[in-house]
Amino acid sequence: MSEVSHYSQTWSHRTSRGRLLMWVGWVALVALFVWCWQLMTENTIWAFVWDAPRQAADIGGRMMPPRLSYLPELLVPMWDTLNIATLGTIAGVIMAVPVAFLAARNTTPSARFLRPIALFIIVASRSINSLIWALLLVAIIGPGILAGIVAIALRSIGFVGKLLYEAIEETDAKQIEAIEATGASPTQVLNYGIVPQIMPAFWGISVFRWDINIRESTILGLVGAGGIGLKLQASLNVLAWPQVTVILILILLTVIVSEWVSAKVRKAII
Amino acid sequence: MLRLEGLSKTYKTGDAALTNVSLEIPKGQFVGLIGPSGAGKSTLIRCINRLVEPTSGKVLLGEVDLAQIGKSDLRRQRRRIGMIFQEYALVERLTVMENVLSGRLGYVPFWRSFLRRYPGADVARAFQLLDRVGLMHQADKRADALSGGQRQRVGIARALAQEPELLLVDEPTASLDPKTSRQIMRLLTEICEERGLPAIVNIHDVPLAQQFMQRIVGLRAGQVVFDGPPAELSETVLTTIYGEEDWHAMRQGDEEQKSAEADARDRMAALAR
Repeated sequence: MSEVSHYSQTWSHRTSRGRLLMWVGWVALVALFVWCWQLMTENTIWAFVWDAPRQAADIGGRMMPPRLSYLPELLVPMWDTLNIATLGTIAGVIMAVPVAFLAARNTTPSARFLRPIALFIIVASRSINSLIWALLLVAIIGPGILAGIVAIALRSIGFVGKLLYEAIEETDAKQIEAIEATGASPTQVLNYGIVPQIMPAFWGISVFRWDINIRESTILGLVGAGGIGLKLQASLNVLAWPQVTVILILILLTVIVSEWVSAKVRKAII
Repeated sequence: MLRLEGLSKTYKTGDAALTNVSLEIPKGQFVGLIGPSGAGKSTLIRCINRLVEPTSGKVLLGEVDLAQIGKSDLRRQRRRIGMIFQEYALVERLTVMENVLSGRLGYVPFWRSFLRRYPGADVARAFQLLDRVGLMHQADKRADALSGGQRQRVGIARALAQEPELLLVDEPTASLDPKTSRQIMRLLTEICEERGLPAIVNIHDVPLAQQFMQRIVGLRAGQVVFDGPPAELSETVLTTIYGEEDWHAMRQGDEEQKSAEADARDRMAALAR
């Protein structure tokens, strides 16, 4: 090394103002945590908390051994649950596709009117949990599988719509420009320039949502929207703990299988 | 024949990309458009097929003023203009054949393009073009499986599938190595000559432009500052277009590249023996 002495030896990643702000931020975060902890513990009945391990052991004991003879009775409700998830996902994706094209900045026909509407549909769908959608729909169209399917579909629109419109906005403009330059009509530009680019995202998102929907549809029965959740509720009501164990194991196995399928499919596409 | 009259483009930001450009390009002429980055080369060719809307002026292709027509007329007129892009701009996830056939989109109804059921004549022409650019056996490969030079050949075939009356070529060799660049330029000149097709080629590589073009138009800050045969492209002219630079050294560099290529060719030939 030759002469470098006339260069400063100090360099800092943040300005002193930035460092100060960082410290203030961390202190505020810790203070918030302490305050929340206090608020939370204020109304806790500590006798119950200290009792928790014994209670858990008690329920755990009652849940064992699982009543495996209950399994055949669960297969039909489990099939219903899978159908709710699958049909709900398909319906949701079908409704989400046009919403996504209306919401994407580069494909929306009217950025001033239709885009805000599409974004509102997405936000509305996403902000309401499927259990709450199901609760409303059971009241509207009556208990049963249909309410479950519609609940899953409505919840899926927002998720699929949002991820899909982001994929549409990230498409390569040059490929689209090249198709426009051939004299193609707008629908042909969509078909040749945009759709091929979003296909991997489309399948990835759909399968991912299907995987989530299988997990969500297992609880819809709790509010009367059909499937395995109905059985779970019935068993919980009569305190039939060995049956609850069997249901939980079955749900666990189904979710493992669906995750495996979804991982395989996504790997094959991307 | 293409005639530009007083073509100007001012972007919303206030940048005057083109000021009062007038050019006339007769049938079969191969014109190189040179100039520094930001001189408006790309804007100029995009104003011709209106991927960029010109602010004022006329773009006359034959009798039609492309700057004046409405949307559906514009689509019909765009079929007459083939465009070749810098980074190929192929639809990466479609096959080579689909990319070439997409040159026919302006001629076929939506259902045909959607079902990929093109008229037999279009398919035959597409195969003929693939054969011409040397990709006969790659038709069913996906575009993203090809090398850069091959992709640009598909780009050329796509533009020709339109049966255009004019080719717009935007930096065709910017992402290619020197050897492939020359091959692509040679292919382009040959094809244009075969068909009597006029072409405007944006090109930043001056030696390459001198080697292949019949006529060179120099653009600087959105204005035409040179228009003539490549032989007249003297150092003074280059300085007017690009500003001060040691042009002699640059040419020498190109000589070096040429001898290096020749050397590589000899070695390959020796290996093949």
